[in-house]
Amino acid sequence: MRAIYKREVRSYYNTLTGWIFMAVMTAFIGVYFMVYNMLNGAAYFSYALSAVLFLFMVLVPLLTMRSMAEERHSKTDQLLLTSPASISGVVLGKFFAMMTVFLVPVLISCLCPLIIRLNGTAFLKADYGTILAFFLLGGVQIAAGLLISALTESQIIAAVGTFSVLLVMYLWDGLVSLLPTSASGSLVGLLIILLAICFLADAISNNWMVTGGIGLVGAVALVGAYIHDSSSFNSLLPNLLGSFSLTDAFTAFATDHVFDLQGLLLYLSLTALLLFLTCQVLQKRRWN
Amino acid sequence: MIEVKNLVKRYGNHNAVDHLSFTVEDGQVFGFLGPNGAGKSTTMNIITGYLAATEGDVIIEGHNVLEEPEAAKRCIGYLPELPPLYPDMTVTEYLQFAAELKEIPKANRENQISQAMALTHLEDMATRLIRNLSKGYRQRVGLAQAILGFPRIIILDEPTVGLDPKQVVEIRDLIRRLAKEHTVILSSHILSEIRAVCDKVLIIRKGRFVACDTPEDLEEQLSASDRMELLVKGTQEEAEQVLRKLSGIGAYTVLEHTGDTVRLSLHSDGDRREELFFAFAGAKLPLLELRPRLATLEDVFLDLTDDDDAVAAKAAALLKNEPAKAGTKEDSDHAGNL
Repeated sequence: MRAIYKREVRSYYNTLTGWIFMAVMTAFIGVYFMVYNMLNGAAYFSYALSAVLFLFMVLVPLLTMRSMAEERHSKTDQLLLTSPASISGVVLGKFFAMMTVFLVPVLISCLCPLIIRLNGTAFLKADYGTILAFFLLGGVQIAAGLLISALTESQIIAAVGTFSVLLVMYLWDGLVSLLPTSASGSLVGLLIILLAICFLADAISNNWMVTGGIGLVGAVALVGAYIHDSSSFNSLLPNLLGSFSLTDAFTAFATDHVFDLQGLLLYLSLTALLLFLTCQVLQKRRWN
Repeated sequence: MIEVKNLVKRYGNHNAVDHLSFTVEDGQVFGFLGPNGAGKSTTMNIITGYLAATEGDVIIEGHNVLEEPEAAKRCIGYLPELPPLYPDMTVTEYLQFAAELKEIPKANRENQISQAMALTHLEDMATRLIRNLSKGYRQRVGLAQAILGFPRIIILDEPTVGLDPKQVVEIRDLIRRLAKEHTVILSSHILSEIRAVCDKVLIIRKGRFVACDTPEDLEEQLSASDRMELLVKGTQEEAEQVLRKLSGIGAYTVLEHTGDTVRLSLHSDGDRREELFFAFAGAKLPLLELRPRLATLEDVFLDLTDDDDAVAAKAAALLKNEPAKAGTKEDSDHAGNL
């Protein structure tokens, strides 16, 4: 894992990718910091940070598109996967390398609350909490990009795919509010989600018994619960999906100034899930 | 030692590797020979753990690749068909990365890298970016990576592709030198290469086992089936008439047909040179030439891996010293007229 980590970090700085990522992110954080905090005198740096969240959609694909897709395209994955390094070591090495590149602008932005402090009142705890949430949110998005990059051999497809997924994540709250709130609507929605889970399970396990089992048990449980007590299904789907909102937790930090531990755990567990799926995708490819 | 048991790799409903079994002993140079698409690279990718087999087991030094991948992979150095190089690294950086990836102890690393570079003659290129290297040098960097740390088993997939003749000779010398202390598996569709370095050859065709023996034995077995070449002064019909009357003559083909001579190749049952001589003499057809035809490895290979299933089956049957069933006289007449 260490070898891969070191090589990846070096490669980001040997090519322009790492520098562009850091430069653009630092520059935009700087611009928003300037406008929000310096010129308009807001005391919370977190406002500036929440305004630059959209940057992830552009910059994360830039960082992640190459990671797995290029290895596969140039067949260098043969070196990694035939070495004694484990698949999880390869994935983690790459993930931590990208997080390191991302850490640099985050560390630079750590100066901003101190600059505010020099000029007046600063809310250091709230701001550093927000920076932590910002970093972990970036981690989720980078893990998502890594997964998508592992699914394809083309960097372009990886970039466009990651952009689309991040866009959906960004607009999540708005999209969830469009969902039906009726009990029957929730049931249909949950069944569709169950179907998606079945597809995923089938892709990973390649075993129709497992897939069928999950599908059958899930469908029976859902329909049974609905018949038993349909009122509990009222706006269940929007509530359920809404709890996966990535920006919710960040907003708790940035605008409500609450240390949302649950939100941080959501970020960490989503990152872990996405990395696990990346390992599974690589593992699975050996069997086809 | 590598044991491959009943290996199957299925893509959709096509078997890239079809029930392949063989064993590579320690200290052997083992050659995979087969035309393009025979399943050589797939087999190597399965042995090295890059691909997983649909069925069957690969056991490397007692470790099953699927169950103990890390222990098995530690015994192997692998040069894939396309050297897995990162163009944005220099040669030294790349080898350092590979050394760390292979978990070579830090104290040992520099020494191992310089040894690998010396063996592949890369010293002058140490600080060059891989991007700027020629194909031959890239191949050598890949080879240096494979022998780095001197694993017990070195697997090379077409190691001499893209090299100039001088480099090819160098690589062969290197393989011979490695073979003293390592097991080397290499694949090739170039016969002279296999003949020059391998102790044992595995011929595969369409993913299936065809033959596995030393190059000399393979040649001998096919030659032992008494192939002969005749040059007869006379017409084709006259020669064929004589041959038909003789017993113990198997399939024959007309190789060449000029004005008043005809050149035939035939299989006989045991040594029939004397009978042939007297028969042709009795028919007043002078035998200008009569010689046993020794099969070269090239003939063996070309026959065994022929695209036509019938030809390949015939050759494989000869190899097992069984009479060729597919080769009747009618068949060969037809072949002769072509």
